[in-house]
Amino acid sequence: MTTEVLKVTRSGDEGVLPATNTRVLVTEFEYSRPASVEEACSELAEHGDDARLIAGGTDLIVQMKMERLSPARLISLASVSELRGITADDGLTIGATTSVRSVARSAPVLERYTALAEACESFSTVPVMVMATIGGNIRNASPASDSAPALLAFDAVVDLVSKSGERAVALSDLFTGPGKSVIRADELVRSVRLPRCGAETGSAFVKVARVMADISKVAAAVRVVRDGDRITEARIALGSVAPTPLLAMEAAGSLRDKQVDAALLDEAGRIAASESAPITDVRSTDEYRRRIVATIVRDALESAWLRAGGKEIS
Amino acid sequence: MNKHLIKFVLNGEPREILVEPNELLMNVVRERESLTGTKYGCGIGECGACAVHVDGQPLLSCIVLAADVDGREVVTVEGIGSYGQLDPVQEAFLDEGGVQCGYCTPGMVVMSRALLNENPNPTELEVRHYMRGSLCRCTGYSGIVRAVLSAAEKESSGKAVPVAS
Repeated sequence: MTTEVLKVTRSGDEGVLPATNTRVLVTEFEYSRPASVEEACSELAEHGDDARLIAGGTDLIVQMKMERLSPARLISLASVSELRGITADDGLTIGATTSVRSVARSAPVLERYTALAEACESFSTVPVMVMATIGGNIRNASPASDSAPALLAFDAVVDLVSKSGERAVALSDLFTGPGKSVIRADELVRSVRLPRCGAETGSAFVKVARVMADISKVAAAVRVVRDGDRITEARIALGSVAPTPLLAMEAAGSLRDKQVDAALLDEAGRIAASESAPITDVRSTDEYRRRIVATIVRDALESAWLRAGGKEIS
Repeated sequence: MNKHLIKFVLNGEPREILVEPNELLMNVVRERESLTGTKYGCGIGECGACAVHVDGQPLLSCIVLAADVDGREVVTVEGIGSYGQLDPVQEAFLDEGGVQCGYCTPGMVVMSRALLNENPNPTELEVRHYMRGSLCRCTGYSGIVRAVLSAAEKESSGKAVPVAS
């Protein structure tokens, strides 16, 4: 690099502001841009642990600029066109490098997977939505991901591919901790699949953040399947309230085969709050988060119920 | 680090340059091409000052690897309008007082142009929503929003035509 690097460190800023001049990327690495999934998998097999895949780069490049990550090689997916796009069949298949904004604006997503459209639309800012990819968001395994709760609510399955083969992992089995998942270093996220969603299904995503462009303090995505005045199936997924995006199983179970009224939804919100395990950090306190879970789960359930064709809740 | 030869189109002109893997699009635009309209603000994708169009979509050039724009079309603020022939968005920023210190303005213009290309008749809420990633520390948002709405009105009524690069 010809650009001179200026180190700026201010005491007390560690971990909040970058220690480096972010005008340049100081980390040195090799770069390659395979043309196919097969080529990308070969490169991952060869370089695995020392390499990182780069798609949108909205998180990776920032982490590298802050010198929190320094991979020896970046394998760019910019030319792997087979990973991009949304296919609507019985369900929905979203290619890993499909942008968050494409997902938010996709007709089948808007029609049938409303919570996912809302989650992607609530994402950060427009240029970040244009750059960030759904696969990157999954692989990043952030507990504060907006897309993960929505995908969890739809029972998403993640297709992984490597030189040694392919496997499908339920998203609910994928995350193991903040930034951690069962995805191996030699594996690539090919796509995420959502099962069929019929007209009797309704879903909603609600996020609480300081301003819209912020990372969530709390997020909830819910999906309900309606039969008459009852919910026959429900999913409640939460973000930013546990080390991983979380399915509130007990709260969802409390809704099954019950007549829907305000008390039922209130109670599901309370149970979801008790299933959450939030921490206090720069964005919020644990107590606030737990209280907000109860409220936004209840609100999201009501929206989802109405979208599923349910009657107004008095 | 092995250098990479990239071919791309910059403001309508074909370019062929060797880049380091860790060079960013912002570095190429500002330091190699001397197009200093694109501004360095936060450097971590949070302020929108470095926004440019890549294949017609607004991207943050401070977090895009230059090597990744191989084969793509980049338009910076210099490619939107020109001296003596401003884009309607730029005219509107002047007319409506959408510029205070000016540092965020190139990013704002780039975002405004992208918005109007996609949605020629945005509501005020749609303008604020689309532009939420572009920060103005003079806090001159009212003038900026007025400018975008005014440009939209002029373009859709045929009183002004976007200036293609």
